[in-house]
Amino acid sequence: MANRDALRFTKTHEWFDPTAGAVGITEHAQEEISDVVFVELPNVGTVVRAGQEAAVVESVKAAFSIYAPVAGTITAVNERLRREPALVNTAPHGDGWIFTLKAQDPAAAAALMTQVQYQAWIVTEKDSGGVHAEHS
Amino acid sequence: MEYTPNTADDRRQMLERIGVGAFDELLNGIPASIPRAKFSVVPPGCTEPELVRDIQALAAKNQTAAHRSFLGAGAYEHWVPSVVRYLTSRGEFLTAYTPYQAEASQGTLQAMYEFQTLICELTGMDVANASLYDGATSTAEAALLALRHTQRSRIVVAATLHPEYRQVLQTYLKQAGVRIVEAPHADGVTSVVEAERAIDDQTAAVVVPMPNVFGCLEPAEALAARARAVGALSVVVVNPLALGVLKPPGAYGVDIVVGEGQPLGLSLQYGGPYLGLFACRGEHLRRVPGRLVGMTNDARGRRGFTLTLQTREQHIRRSKATSNICTNEGLCALAATVYLCALGRQGFRELAEQNIAKAHYAQQQLTAIPGVTPLFPKAPFFNEFALQLPCQAATLNERLLARGFLGGLDLRRVDPALDRGWLVCVTETKSKAEIDALAAAVREAL
Amino acid sequence: MKPTADLGTGYKLVPGTGPHRASEPLIFERSVSGRRGFSLPPLDVPMPPAGVTAWIPAERLRAAPAALPEVSERELVQHFMKLAHQNFSVETNFYPLGSCTMKYNPRIHEELTALPGFSTAHPYEPDAAVQGTLQLLGELGQWLGDILGMDGVTLQPAAGAHGEFTGLLMARAYHEAQGRSRKKVVVPDSSHGTNPASAALCGYEVVEVRSNARGRVDLAALHRAVDQDTAVFMLTNPNTLGLFEEEILEISRLVHGVGGLMYLDGANMNALLGLFRPGDMGFDITHVNIHKTFSIPHGSGGPGGGPVGVKRHLVPFLPGPLLKKEGQAYRWVEAPPSSIGRVRAFAGNIGAMVRAYLYIKTLGAEGLRHVAEHAILNANYLKARLKTAYTVPVDEPCMHEFVASAVEQKRLGVKALDIAKRLLDYGCYAPTIYFPLIVEEALMIEPSETESRQALDQFADALLAIAQEAKTNPGQVQMAPHTLPVERLDEVRAAREPNLRWRPSPDGARPQGALQGPGP
Repeated sequence: MANRDALRFTKTHEWFDPTAGAVGITEHAQEEISDVVFVELPNVGTVVRAGQEAAVVESVKAAFSIYAPVAGTITAVNERLRREPALVNTAPHGDGWIFTLKAQDPAAAAALMTQVQYQAWIVTEKDSGGVHAEHS
Repeated sequence: MEYTPNTADDRRQMLERIGVGAFDELLNGIPASIPRAKFSVVPPGCTEPELVRDIQALAAKNQTAAHRSFLGAGAYEHWVPSVVRYLTSRGEFLTAYTPYQAEASQGTLQAMYEFQTLICELTGMDVANASLYDGATSTAEAALLALRHTQRSRIVVAATLHPEYRQVLQTYLKQAGVRIVEAPHADGVTSVVEAERAIDDQTAAVVVPMPNVFGCLEPAEALAARARAVGALSVVVVNPLALGVLKPPGAYGVDIVVGEGQPLGLSLQYGGPYLGLFACRGEHLRRVPGRLVGMTNDARGRRGFTLTLQTREQHIRRSKATSNICTNEGLCALAATVYLCALGRQGFRELAEQNIAKAHYAQQQLTAIPGVTPLFPKAPFFNEFALQLPCQAATLNERLLARGFLGGLDLRRVDPALDRGWLVCVTETKSKAEIDALAAAVREAL
Repeated sequence: MKPTADLGTGYKLVPGTGPHRASEPLIFERSVSGRRGFSLPPLDVPMPPAGVTAWIPAERLRAAPAALPEVSERELVQHFMKLAHQNFSVETNFYPLGSCTMKYNPRIHEELTALPGFSTAHPYEPDAAVQGTLQLLGELGQWLGDILGMDGVTLQPAAGAHGEFTGLLMARAYHEAQGRSRKKVVVPDSSHGTNPASAALCGYEVVEVRSNARGRVDLAALHRAVDQDTAVFMLTNPNTLGLFEEEILEISRLVHGVGGLMYLDGANMNALLGLFRPGDMGFDITHVNIHKTFSIPHGSGGPGGGPVGVKRHLVPFLPGPLLKKEGQAYRWVEAPPSSIGRVRAFAGNIGAMVRAYLYIKTLGAEGLRHVAEHAILNANYLKARLKTAYTVPVDEPCMHEFVASAVEQKRLGVKALDIAKRLLDYGCYAPTIYFPLIVEEALMIEPSETESRQALDQFADALLAIAQEAKTNPGQVQMAPHTLPVERLDEVRAAREPNLRWRPSPDGARPQGALQGPGP
């Protein structure tokens, strides 16, 4: 995976690697979700809008939507997660990536947060309740 | 008679502790503009002896118990071993609820795991849930799973599926804009040629009963293969008792097996509670509706059971749940579990064989009567069969009722065109003498 | 962690219920080839030498009998009795599961429901032959209409969620008949999960409205949420916090004002019984979970029943067939074409309806009111006893249940889940936890009217003792339960490696505790 400094972040706690197109959830999000037991992966070739639900990460008692950080087409999914969902916990920024996306607009990622901005943002967000389960 | 233990003195002490002078103060926040309830027809209440007297009289208005019944058509009379009633009446099962706290519900959870295993074994499927409401709603849930899985909008249903199941499918699917196509039958079973014409690349599921509403065995294997060829899911609606002898649908590649579990130890009860069975291939696990019980372990490595994969369910996924079901038919599933274990490997097969033998004996005796012929002579059947009568079935049934027999189903209920069709069910509960007596009564009544 | 012999609350550990109790093998593991638990009478009709293949082609038959367990009747009974002993139940334990109304289930109901006249009636018997059952269903429908303040009732739905589905389909049919299809169902954020799930099943988009600081529907938020596209507002009253929606008449006016319908989720009807009627609060449709309010045993998760009552303008849409009384006789008639159709096969969960009938007949009008009054009193009493140690987010008089929060205990590292598990050691089943979603660390407590003051005190003592343990010995609570056949189970493993059925091990050995996936 790319250098963390190159990564971009969403308010819904996805990271996006603009070079490789990879998407995953942040270290902070995986901690909040706790033990991931299942990842529902999208179909390759699916066209998604920015902010559209593209995958679902499940713990024992909650399901969390994973949204597309930018508009584009799903180009690959992490097949390993079908057997090893725990990779999302152990290596959220590495082997726990979820899917790759070919961005419609290569410049779209610029609108997302940088690592520094994201870190600052989760501190402020903590006061308002943290990562929201879709339903818990 | 009331079931509230607290006395006036208890209530006084409790109100004191709460800090109010009278009960009505607890309702102070409720605006006076909402009227207090007034009843006009709710009865005045009674004691146990009065209740028993009245209810025995009411039950006696049902003539049921006095009749020898040859009525089936989706609800079947079988002998229910005493242990089934005893064990399901134990308060520890009867008055517990959904096992949310697994550690205090291991009894229910283990029994449900055993139930799931038994249903997998009967159907030949990988996964079975802990039950749904009944056979008809299970069929609808199977169709919903197939619609989601395939993202298609058409369901092909055998016209030989029980008419009430077809009506329930309509109710469940019409507001979703799903088109239900009925595949017609020829000689009592679905015509594979006609069905093939109906099944296309927009078909989400092909729904086939086994046996069908006429008691006949369907070409389910051929229809499932056709469904598979176009990427549709095959759904077989079974009488689980027939699976005591019939090839399990899992052995011929069926995707989902549903059915009515009532024959497995549940009394008729005028239509319910019954037991919706739902089993499928492992690949559909994440779309299964209803409760699932899984085996796991505690920190000491001891085996234990728990509700699992709950993120599919309404209490977590809300509007995105695989189904809206919450309470299922837990006690009925327990009854089926005890029933299947009482019968056991040999007993269950013998039971199915006895049903076949008695039904065939009865068919032979009845078709020996002048004017009575098999309606669908070519199709093999399980424990019910359709006959063509020389008169209307309703007329015959009336005459039989006067002779102490509950006759078969008037087939106009299934298809108005089957004017003189009569569906007779014979289970292991009928002795040869009773079958002979029925034949004699029919002979006389005609 | 060793269990304490005396928990100091009146609860003593019963010998034989501790962790040393051996688990019961699976019935499959008890199987011995050749054993039987039931014998059929010998076959008295001819069986051809070829067996059933004389009638059914061999290729349609199973190669070998289904591998059902083989056990004697004695072993069968012992197995399930051992399982029974591992359950908590209303008959054996305090069972304050919020929203589920776990009241005592009168034993006489079981006896009378099993009368052959009721239990052996076939659903297709001629109406004339089952007048007893039909009269019972007819009168029950009338009584429920009276209790709910509704003009028409269907007894067909098999459960509460099934009733919701039925009621929403009627709403849909009603709007379509008015020539105005609507898209939305609005629910409060405190609603039961079945509400949005049922709405989605009916093809509706679900809109959630926030509750206000007093745990009620926020009227201003509702105002913004409802419009000409709103088909139905679904509400539980008293709501899932056990609080009466005092602005219910304004809410009804608001929803009716945009042409929407009011749906009552009748899960909490126990609080209203004989006091208030949904029909008098502006509700157009309501289901009632008869297994809660009308004392049908919950059966480890069903069967229950979910009759639905509707106001006159929705009667044409009731599912069919309909029961009609002509003179002294009852008969089934086909529903009009406006009906939504059938929602299940046959007439409904009749066994449950018989019990509901018996319950209403026994208690009568006054007895029903006493149910609600005692339920409300019991809940308020428990709340008064517990609020010294637990946070009660909305501390106002409650109805039949209330929601406490373990936020204070959470600061000490003890969560609602831990408290629930520790209660099991004290011989009490746990409240509903983490629901409603709007209360942090929620403990939803519903004692029901059938618990005595002494039973309430014992439960309160247990919860207070646990609050104390959270301070002095949090580990004891965090690791609970200690006295049950198993400790906390590995739910992560259960979900990651689903093992949903037993399989014999290939070498024939008994795989004690072996875990196998369901296979592809």
